[in-house]
Amino acid sequence: MVNTKVNLSGIELDNPLIPASGTFGFGYEFAELYDINILGSFSFKGTTKEPRFGNPTPRIAECYSGMINSVGLQNPGIEKVISEELPKLRECFHKPVVANISGFSLDEYVYCCEKIDKEEQVGIIEVNISCPNVHGGGMSFGTSCESAAEVTKAVKAFTSKPVYIKLSPNVTDIVSIAKACEEAGADGISMINTLMGMRIDLKTKKPVVYNKSGGYSGPAILPVALSMVYKVYEAVNIPIIGMGGISTAENVIEMMLAGATAVEIGAANLIDPFVCKKIIEDLPAVMQKYGINNLKDIIGGAH
Amino acid sequence: MNNVIYTIKSNEKLTENVFKMVFEGDTSAVTASGQFINIKIDSLYLRRPISIFDCKENELTIIYKVVGTGTEMMSKMPVGTKLDVLVGLGNGFDTSVSGDNPVVIGGGVGVPPMYYLAKKLIAEGKKVTAILGFNKADEVFGKEDFEAIGCRTIVTTVDGSMGVKGFVTDALKDIDYSYFFTCGPEPMLKALYNASETSGQFSFEERMGCGFGACMGCSCKTKYGNKRICKDGPVLVKEEIIW
Repeated sequence: MVNTKVNLSGIELDNPLIPASGTFGFGYEFAELYDINILGSFSFKGTTKEPRFGNPTPRIAECYSGMINSVGLQNPGIEKVISEELPKLRECFHKPVVANISGFSLDEYVYCCEKIDKEEQVGIIEVNISCPNVHGGGMSFGTSCESAAEVTKAVKAFTSKPVYIKLSPNVTDIVSIAKACEEAGADGISMINTLMGMRIDLKTKKPVVYNKSGGYSGPAILPVALSMVYKVYEAVNIPIIGMGGISTAENVIEMMLAGATAVEIGAANLIDPFVCKKIIEDLPAVMQKYGINNLKDIIGGAH
Repeated sequence: MNNVIYTIKSNEKLTENVFKMVFEGDTSAVTASGQFINIKIDSLYLRRPISIFDCKENELTIIYKVVGTGTEMMSKMPVGTKLDVLVGLGNGFDTSVSGDNPVVIGGGVGVPPMYYLAKKLIAEGKKVTAILGFNKADEVFGKEDFEAIGCRTIVTTVDGSMGVKGFVTDALKDIDYSYFFTCGPEPMLKALYNASETSGQFSFEERMGCGFGACMGCSCKTKYGNKRICKDGPVLVKEEIIW
């Protein structure tokens, strides 16, 4: 029998599989398809202080081995997430969940963090400082060491739960930003958010998505994510949730060898709603094939 | 929603760029007309959402237009090809509010979902008129199918080369109807919104990521709040639409 358990900041996960924020809603859409309690955890839809419709449509464009989205953090706002979405989530998922929060100012991050801190089912707070689809917020906090550290310090002051900072790959040096977050008190790093990308429609000769650019995700970005996780793993001593293009059990192992303690699955959920279930079912056989008995032993094994 | 492997039973050309594909496989997830399926094509990342033309036990038919790489690849698929399909997506039409003599109005590739809807309405004992709008005679398809199930069928063509000359709204003004259902290009839907004298249901299209409500890629604003075209739609009622 192989052991797939991993530990994130004191929270034991049955396996390292965590559907990524924005690809799994608040869980209940997928709970109609399979028992989502087989997941390690999941990261719920990015939540902001105020309700947001997000960007105008079209918001989706297809790419080679991936897709662009420019949703722009559509969500009902933190109050409704707590009063309407989390009760529904609790009915279908009974493990600690990852709360993904975002903001347009330090105050908004703090506001959301303080509110979500009181929710018992939240095991980890994942602070998104890397959304490429909103202006004047999101990614602007994640593109310098100073502002990344500032957000980290601000939210840490208002919660006792583990705080993971979700980083953008659209920066000159992701390693220094990860280190700045660690020094500011982050309990872990989530990486990577989507890469900036664009498609142009040859018929209209204009960008496909209304926002012109969006976030590129899918199997095409796995090598980028692996390279970045590998480098950050060498520079920090806090756990990494690795993500970017993971679609198979083999990809999960590859990401963990690069240095991830757990992994998030994003775009793959949208193409195959059963992908996380399939990966969890495949994982033991793939571990055996590569002589792995205890999954946590391989974290950072490629170094 | 079910994830089913479908086998292509036939793939036939109807007009220059419109094809009819019949699948064999489980259709139990289809609960209403106006729902759609989402087809995975090898080598392409996103699935292709396509409306349901007809549905029986273990057999589902779509009519699709070649508009890009995916549908072009589909048009060349031989009989026997197996496809990974998500079946029974979207809310579909609510036929319970149609009254005794509803009209179904399709424009171009908006015609196909009207057929399965018309079949359902007729099965419920209603007297159904179908208005099928096209640009010109050689683009017309489906007319005989609607006639065969007992619909009074009116074809309109913009150039007048078949049926009523003009738009679907030109045909609509000459008939009596208790309610309407429609699918087609957005300018047509908007014209119907303004020209119609009763309530009705509109089926919308949008670029989708997942097709089952997870990604929020196809959201729209309605008078009843934000909705996802793929999950809360594609059918919206006239009263909730904001143009």
